[in-house]
Amino acid sequence: MSKQYVMGNGAIALGALSAGVNLVSGYPGTPSSEIIETVAKYPHEGTYVEWSVNEKAAMEVAAAAAYAGARAMVTMKQVGLNVASDPLMSLAYVGVKGGMVVVAADDPGPISSQTEQDTRRFAEFARIPVFDPSSPEEAFEMVRDAFDYSEKYRTPVILRPTTRVDHAYASIDAPDSFSARAYEGFVKDSKKWVIFPRLSFMNHAMIEKRNIEIGEELSSYRFNTVSGSSQKAVIATGVSYAYAGEFLKEHPDVRLIKVGTPYPLPERFLLKALEGVSEVLCFEELSPYIEESLLKLIGKHHLSIDVYGKLTGDVPHSGENDTDSARRIISRFLGLETAENSIGLSGAPNPPARPPVLCAGCPHRASFYAVKRAMKGKKAFFCGDIGCYTLGNAMPLDMVDTCLCMGAGVTMAQGFNHTEPDAVAFSFIGDSTFFASGITGVVNAVYNAADIIVCVLDNSTTAMTGHQPHPGTGRNLMAAPVDKISIEKLLLAAGVTKVVTVDPLDLDAAIAAVRECAEIRGVKAIIFKSPCVAITKPDKKLRVNSEKCIGCLRCIKEIGCPALSVTDGKAVIDENLCTGCGLCSQLCAVKAIGGDC
Amino acid sequence: MKKDIMICGVGGQGTVLASKIIAASAMDEGNAVHSAETIGMAQRGGPVTSHVRIGEDAFSPLIPIGGADLLIAFEPSEAVRNLKYLKKDGFVIVNRVPVKPTSLAGGEGYDGKAEIDFLTASCNCLVVDSDALCAPFGSSKFFNVAVLGAAAGSGRLGVAESTVRGEILRIVPERFHEKNLAAFAAGVKIGENGHADQ
Repeated sequence: MSKQYVMGNGAIALGALSAGVNLVSGYPGTPSSEIIETVAKYPHEGTYVEWSVNEKAAMEVAAAAAYAGARAMVTMKQVGLNVASDPLMSLAYVGVKGGMVVVAADDPGPISSQTEQDTRRFAEFARIPVFDPSSPEEAFEMVRDAFDYSEKYRTPVILRPTTRVDHAYASIDAPDSFSARAYEGFVKDSKKWVIFPRLSFMNHAMIEKRNIEIGEELSSYRFNTVSGSSQKAVIATGVSYAYAGEFLKEHPDVRLIKVGTPYPLPERFLLKALEGVSEVLCFEELSPYIEESLLKLIGKHHLSIDVYGKLTGDVPHSGENDTDSARRIISRFLGLETAENSIGLSGAPNPPARPPVLCAGCPHRASFYAVKRAMKGKKAFFCGDIGCYTLGNAMPLDMVDTCLCMGAGVTMAQGFNHTEPDAVAFSFIGDSTFFASGITGVVNAVYNAADIIVCVLDNSTTAMTGHQPHPGTGRNLMAAPVDKISIEKLLLAAGVTKVVTVDPLDLDAAIAAVRECAEIRGVKAIIFKSPCVAITKPDKKLRVNSEKCIGCLRCIKEIGCPALSVTDGKAVIDENLCTGCGLCSQLCAVKAIGGDC
Repeated sequence: MKKDIMICGVGGQGTVLASKIIAASAMDEGNAVHSAETIGMAQRGGPVTSHVRIGEDAFSPLIPIGGADLLIAFEPSEAVRNLKYLKKDGFVIVNRVPVKPTSLAGGEGYDGKAEIDFLTASCNCLVVDSDALCAPFGSSKFFNVAVLGAAAGSGRLGVAESTVRGEILRIVPERFHEKNLAAFAAGVKIGENGHADQ
C-alpha cells in the first residue's frame, strides 16, 4: 500500500483495479477520460483495457465480460450514455453475472458538454442503482461497493461522478500493483441471456421488487449520512455536499443530510434522518432529483415538511453550485447573516473575455479557411460536429452553422441538401468522431443519393479530450502497433463518388480540392490531413517583416490565429505561440510574413 | 498547517505543473492536500485556475470566496478576475506581463497596467516580470517554477524551499532539471527581497 495523489478519475480507476476488475472499456469524453488512462498506466496483471470506438461498443464489450462472470467497468461522459442507452436499457432487464459498473460522468455548468442532463434520472429510467460520490476518496470506495452490489443483485450499477469530483485531486491509499480476479466463464443459458418479451416481462416484475430491497439495504449504507439535529435541514448530494459542508463547518448544529445513493431511494434512512424536521433545502446540481424524490416520499408518508430547492426557485436550475452559492443559498434558507469576506473589487478593471479558440497553428483553422474561400459568394451550409473543431464557429472564421451531437454533421448536411438543394451542404467531422459515429451517416448519404461534401478533419488523434488513440492511429491501449484503419478506403468502400486527400496547410491545393468537389454531384469527401499541433514539435516559426507589412491586418481579420496581434498598426507574431504552419504567410498580399524568427 | 493557495492564468501557461509541485511538496511535509484543476474545452486559451487546499478540514475541492491565503497569478487580468477568492489579509504574487486576448475577442489595448495598479493599491502584492525573470533561461515556460520560487522565498507558501526543490527534481524531466532549479533560485531571491529587482 502507498499513498497516491490522484485525480478523482484516477481514484475511480484505482478503486476498480483494487476490486480486481477484469475488463475496462470506454470512449473519451470530458470529464471522464482519465479513468481509462489511469487503468492503462498502472500495472494490471490480467486486466484487459480498451478505448472502444464509441460508448455503445464499449457498453456491449463490457456486458459480455460481465455475462462471463468477469468484473467489467465501462466509462463515458453523460452524453455518451445516450449513445450507450440502447444496450444499457436491455441489459438492465437481462442482468449480469460478474459485477458491472457503468461510470457516467455528469458535467454541471456545463463546462465541456452539450447538455446538463442528470445521470441519476437515467438510473431511475433504467431501474438500476446509482452511486453519487462527493469526493475522490468516496469515489474510490464507492466503485468497489458498486461491484459488490452489482454482483449481489445481478444488475449493472451506475457510478455518477461530476466534473468537480472527476478533476479534484486527493491522496488515496492503494496497493502498488493489482491483479484481476478469477472468473467462471460464460455458461450458456438462452433463457437467461437472450432478451425476449417473456424474459422482459418476468424480469421487469423481479426488478421492481428487488429495487425495494436494494433501497432498504442502502438505507444502512455508510455514505448516506446525517449530522446535526436542527429542525431546518439541508440535503445535498455529490460535490454539492462538499460545498454545503464547507459552509456548515461554522454551523455544526445544522442538520446536513448526504444522499450517496439517490436511486433506489434509501427510504428508511431518509425517514429517520428527517425526524423532527419541518423544512428541508435540497442543494443539488442538474435536475431536482432528490427534491422530487423527497416530495414523493413526504406525500407517501403524509409528513408535514416543506421542501425548498430548484422547484421553489431557491436553487438555480442550471449551472454549477459552488462554495459561494452554498453560502448564499443556505444562509438565506436558515435566515443567517453572512458577511462578504473578500477584498473590495469596486474600481477593478474588467478582465478581458477569453473565449476558447483553436490553437495557434491548428490545421482545422486552415481547413475551415480553405472551404470559406472556395465557397465565397455561394450559398452553403456548414454542419459542424463534436470536437476541437466546434471552435471553428468563432469569428472571424464563422464556419460552424450547426452542432448537435456526435456524428450529426454528416446526416444534418443531408437534411439541408434535401430541403435546400440549391445550397452546397458541407459536414465537418474529426477523425475520431468519424470512426465513432460518422460512418453510418456516410452510408446513409450514399444510399439516399444525397449531394453533400464530407470534410474529414484528420489530425491523427482525439485532440479535445487529451489525445487518445483511435482506429486510424495505428495503436491502441493494449498492443501497439495495430493496423491503421484507412478513412479513405472506408469512404471508397461505402461508394463515395470522389475522395480527395489534401494538406490543409497548402492553401491553394486545399481551395482547389473544395472547388473541384463542389462541381461534382453526389457524396464527395475531402480528407484534410495534418497532425494536431499539440502532439507535434514545430520545426519553424514565422515573423512579420514590419517594413513590408502595410497594416491591412488581413491575416488577423481572416483567420483569427491567437499568435497574431497588432502593435503600432502592424501585425506581429508571438513566437511563443507560432508553430510555423504558414497559413498567414500564404494569405498576406504583400508577402510580409515568412522566414524563421 | 492550513493554507489555501489559488493559482490562475491562461491555458498553456503551465499553472497545472505549479499546482502539482505545491501539492506534492505539502504532502511531503505530512499535510493532507486536496486540489482541483480546470480541464477540457476551457483549457484552450481560456482562463484556468488551480485550487490547492492544504489541511485536514478542507471539505470542498474549491476554495471559498474570500478564503485564499495566497493567489499566484500568471497574468494581471487573471489576478483581478480571481481576486474575490483572496482573504482580506491574503497575499498576491502576480506576473506583470499580459497575455493579450485573441485579436477579435475584444480587449484591444489591454496591456495589464491598470490591473497591476489596481492590485498594488488594493492588496498585499508582489509584482514579478516573467520576461525579465525567464530571459536567462531562454523561454517563458520556466516561469511556473520561477514563480514558485518567489512564493517560497516570500515565506507565504508554507512549504520549505528544499522540499519544493525535491519535488521539482522528481516531477520535471531530468533534462530540464538544471534550468528549472536555476529559475526556482531566481524566484526565491525575488521572493526573499519582497520586490522584483527591475
